[in-house]
Amino acid sequence: MTAPPDDCLARNEWICGEYLSTRREILLDAVLQHLELTAVSVLIALVIALPLAVVSRRWGLAAGPVLALTTVLYTIPSLAMFSLLLPVYGLSSTLVVAGLVLYSLTLLVRNILAGLRAVPEDTRQAARGMGYGPIRLLLTVELPLALPAAMAGLRIATVSAVSLVTVGAIVGFGGLGNLIYSGMNTYFKAQVLTASVLCVVIAVLADLLLLGVQRLLTPWTRAARA
Amino acid sequence: MNTLTEAWDWLTDSAHWAGDDGIWHRLTQHLVLTVVCLLISCLIALPVALVLGHLGKGGALAVNISNVGRAVPTFAVLVLLLLTPLGKWGEGPTVVALVLFAVPPLLTNAYVGMRGVDRGVVQAARGMGMTGRQMLWRVEAPLALPLIMSGVRIAAVQLVATATIAALAGGGGLGRIITAGFNLASTPQVVAGAVLVAVFALLVEGVFEVVERLAPGWARKAGKP
Repeated sequence: MTAPPDDCLARNEWICGEYLSTRREILLDAVLQHLELTAVSVLIALVIALPLAVVSRRWGLAAGPVLALTTVLYTIPSLAMFSLLLPVYGLSSTLVVAGLVLYSLTLLVRNILAGLRAVPEDTRQAARGMGYGPIRLLLTVELPLALPAAMAGLRIATVSAVSLVTVGAIVGFGGLGNLIYSGMNTYFKAQVLTASVLCVVIAVLADLLLLGVQRLLTPWTRAARA
Repeated sequence: MNTLTEAWDWLTDSAHWAGDDGIWHRLTQHLVLTVVCLLISCLIALPVALVLGHLGKGGALAVNISNVGRAVPTFAVLVLLLLTPLGKWGEGPTVVALVLFAVPPLLTNAYVGMRGVDRGVVQAARGMGMTGRQMLWRVEAPLALPLIMSGVRIAAVQLVATATIAALAGGGGLGRIITAGFNLASTPQVVAGAVLVAVFALLVEGVFEVVERLAPGWARKAGKP
């Protein structure tokens, strides 16, 4: 009979190099699932939020209902949201994506709308005077000027989505949340800590990435500050 | 929708309301958990924010803590705490995780509110010979009240919502109805639990809305955000 190996896995330590090397594939899969769920849901939310915000800006009457509805959606707890959508989507990754889209929607609509509303009336008048039609005005003047506010919303939505994905563990599609959940049930300290730290790392990296994109897209804000 | 009628049947079944797993018991647990965590978070965050705001220092710190806080999944914090010696102490990990979660919005809003007070008003108060303490309590804090309250409101609603996650780690509260439903593969129970939590969160939102409406004019928001 061989003696049990005396490594950090056997001793169940918080920080464990063995864990990283032996479970590399599992961790990689979880990270990829996490990234995919986050990216897909934020992108879908963006595609829905943009027209909603533009419509709310154009027709003031639409703004009230749109904001009220998205705020109510945001109030619904994540665990409850996933379960409310359960009859519609079943136990699938679509369920998690749908829940996350509904959450990101509030943050994105609010921020894009705030950005559009902050475009100075003078600027719009000037563009109109130069013969810009409504579509061209929107695409070349209003949307670019609303970008900083919209990007701020996008950053918050993305960071929140990264942390909310973990709750998807209840339906088995939670990316790193799955590892945290199973680690909790088996009292596996290294797995819980590693997965949690990776979650935060993903969130911070995503935030920095979006900040970089924002800098690239809005060179004029840098010139103004300098 | 068939599931909705089944969920309604589940909700209206009086057997589901009584007992230790019953709705009333879970509702009480949820309420107590939320109120306790909100009070502790306010006791921690508000004094710090008021003093920092009064001194005008540490703003970047307060805002950055808030941003980092958003990146940390509450579920992960809860499980991490559960595996530490603190985990043996009943609801301890849940309370700590939820307080950590609620402090950032309280801190940021209160700080921003304090800094947003018209500098001219503060100068006038100083000119009238008020001490720092008097300025804080009689001028800055009352004027910052609308923003502080909106921070409390955000924290309260998010706490109600997030307290459900405690159930994933074996804690009490309304989330327990949902997780139990998952384990029983009973969709009606899951949906019924979700509806209960959502209604509870909206009720808390509504209570704050009413309080704000009833508040005297100076304590209300200066305009729509």
